[in-house]
Amino acid sequence: MGSYLGRRLLTSLSILIGVSILTFLMLQFVPGDPVRALIGRQTVTPERLEEIKQEMGLNDPIPVQYFNYLKKVLSGDFGRSLKNNRPVLDAIMEQFPSTLKLTVFALILSTFFGILLGAISAATYNSWLDRFLSFFCLGGISLPPFFLALLLILFFSVRNNWLPAVASMNDWKSIILPAVTLGFGEACWLARIVRSSILDEMNKNYQNLARAKGASNWAILWRHVLPNARIPIVTAISIQFVYLMAGSVVVESIFARQGIGRLAVTAIQNRDFPLVQGTVTVIAVVYVISNTLTDIFYAMADPRVRLQ
Amino acid sequence: MNEIKFITQNIETKRPSTTQLLLHNFNFVVGAVILVILIINTVFAPLIATENVNQANPTQTFLPPSNEHLMGTDNIGRDIWSRVIYGGRVSLAVGLAAMIIGMVFGTLIGIVAGFYGSWVDSLLSWATEVLMAFPGILLALTVMAILGPGLSNVIVAVGVGSIPQFMRMARSSVMKTRELDFIDAARTIGCTDAQILFRHILPNILRPLIVLATLGIGGAILEGASLSYLGLGAQPMTPEWGSMLSNGRAYLGNAWWISVFPGIGIFLAILSINMIGEGFNEVLDPSNRQ
Repeated sequence: MGSYLGRRLLTSLSILIGVSILTFLMLQFVPGDPVRALIGRQTVTPERLEEIKQEMGLNDPIPVQYFNYLKKVLSGDFGRSLKNNRPVLDAIMEQFPSTLKLTVFALILSTFFGILLGAISAATYNSWLDRFLSFFCLGGISLPPFFLALLLILFFSVRNNWLPAVASMNDWKSIILPAVTLGFGEACWLARIVRSSILDEMNKNYQNLARAKGASNWAILWRHVLPNARIPIVTAISIQFVYLMAGSVVVESIFARQGIGRLAVTAIQNRDFPLVQGTVTVIAVVYVISNTLTDIFYAMADPRVRLQ
Repeated sequence: MNEIKFITQNIETKRPSTTQLLLHNFNFVVGAVILVILIINTVFAPLIATENVNQANPTQTFLPPSNEHLMGTDNIGRDIWSRVIYGGRVSLAVGLAAMIIGMVFGTLIGIVAGFYGSWVDSLLSWATEVLMAFPGILLALTVMAILGPGLSNVIVAVGVGSIPQFMRMARSSVMKTRELDFIDAARTIGCTDAQILFRHILPNILRPLIVLATLGIGGAILEGASLSYLGLGAQPMTPEWGSMLSNGRAYLGNAWWISVFPGIGIFLAILSINMIGEGFNEVLDPSNRQ
């Protein structure tokens, strides 16, 4: 386990370095002068432009610039937003709790319904109910979140006025529609994984033994199949966490809800590059860390993985 | 002779071919029918659309669906039916073009990594993993931030996001293929690396890559429409499903049809491709066979 852990952490570290190189290079790829990207649209004299370049170290060779950038990022300094001159990290930290709340809420919903629907589907394999649920879930993963959001708003807010369509911090009900929008597709996706993991396990010989000893279908499902099918299922759930986090980028914008995803989208719309760099880096880092934790869990649960 | 013919016939009736299985698969057939209808609509859009897509008509705004306007009219009096039909062109083209970009570049990187191995492979695999550290839509958004808004940039952004999956598949297929005897034979008769890669290895690994690209079009349409929905893609005049849906949000209370019909278009396009993929899965995966 120790050597696996070491190798895995080293890989993650190298990927994080790659992420920092890519977010750094982003500014070099922007058409036009990087200074322009960093100071926005303010009008300055060519002399002042040259001064700013000197101050920001933009005349240094690219590798030197990269190491300076990395040093700053590691100390938590992502620069200041072009829009309101606030430190980028402050803005991100302010928005992060809202995204985390939405993600966790959606994760609870999708995990509960995903496992429930998947287990029902597998237990009634090949019946009309299984076929209906399978088709429903295929439809669910094909439904674009922004279209689902629209239908939900149309039904629950516009027609019936049961739930608010626009997020507000004081109203706990305002999290329901965003969380359902975010969690729906993932629940359907999880249900498909749960169904196939259970069916894979059910075809194994020890299930026949249990059946021969007179165990009922439900007893086999809960006592024998689910404990063995839990590894792919738990992996799927932790992968979901990061997918939900990424999905919040779109969902937060739909419901005008506070959060790091909406921050990233507005930053891109405003071409506010320090803020784009900061939000993109933070989301990617969270993504890499949770992928690493997932792999480590997998290796702890299944010894075969460690040897690969 | 007759006897052999009889036996092979018998075997054939027992084990139907993949095509026959596919034609009896609910998901595959329904998905294929929807997709064919969508493609016909796209190809014959000028004949099917009833009005000019950008013909604003101030006297006919917010009309509900009727015989004259099958899907109603929008806030400046444009015919939704015509725009939805033309919107299919844009969405399918974006999905297809993005997948072609992803497939071409992903495959090139993948075959080079798989063929040369050692540090070339390590470097390219690392670069791919770095790309994969940005969850789907975020990578596309980052590319949009660099390139700026616009439909052609959406294609590039979605295409770049799909490079890793093609790279991985191409790489692992090449690693399997390069060990085979006919590659050694090609080398013996003096083929160069480029000849071996493109004349001998590439044709052998192309099929799964084309399947991957075809099934990826659904996801690419979704991502392209999401970017347009966020206002980063198509310009408001272009009939594009994502931006049409976004345009109708403000009028949801009194004119639901402005948003709902383009939404159904996106949903059907993605659903049809997912159903075809599911059908393939059910037929080809032996564990699903009874």
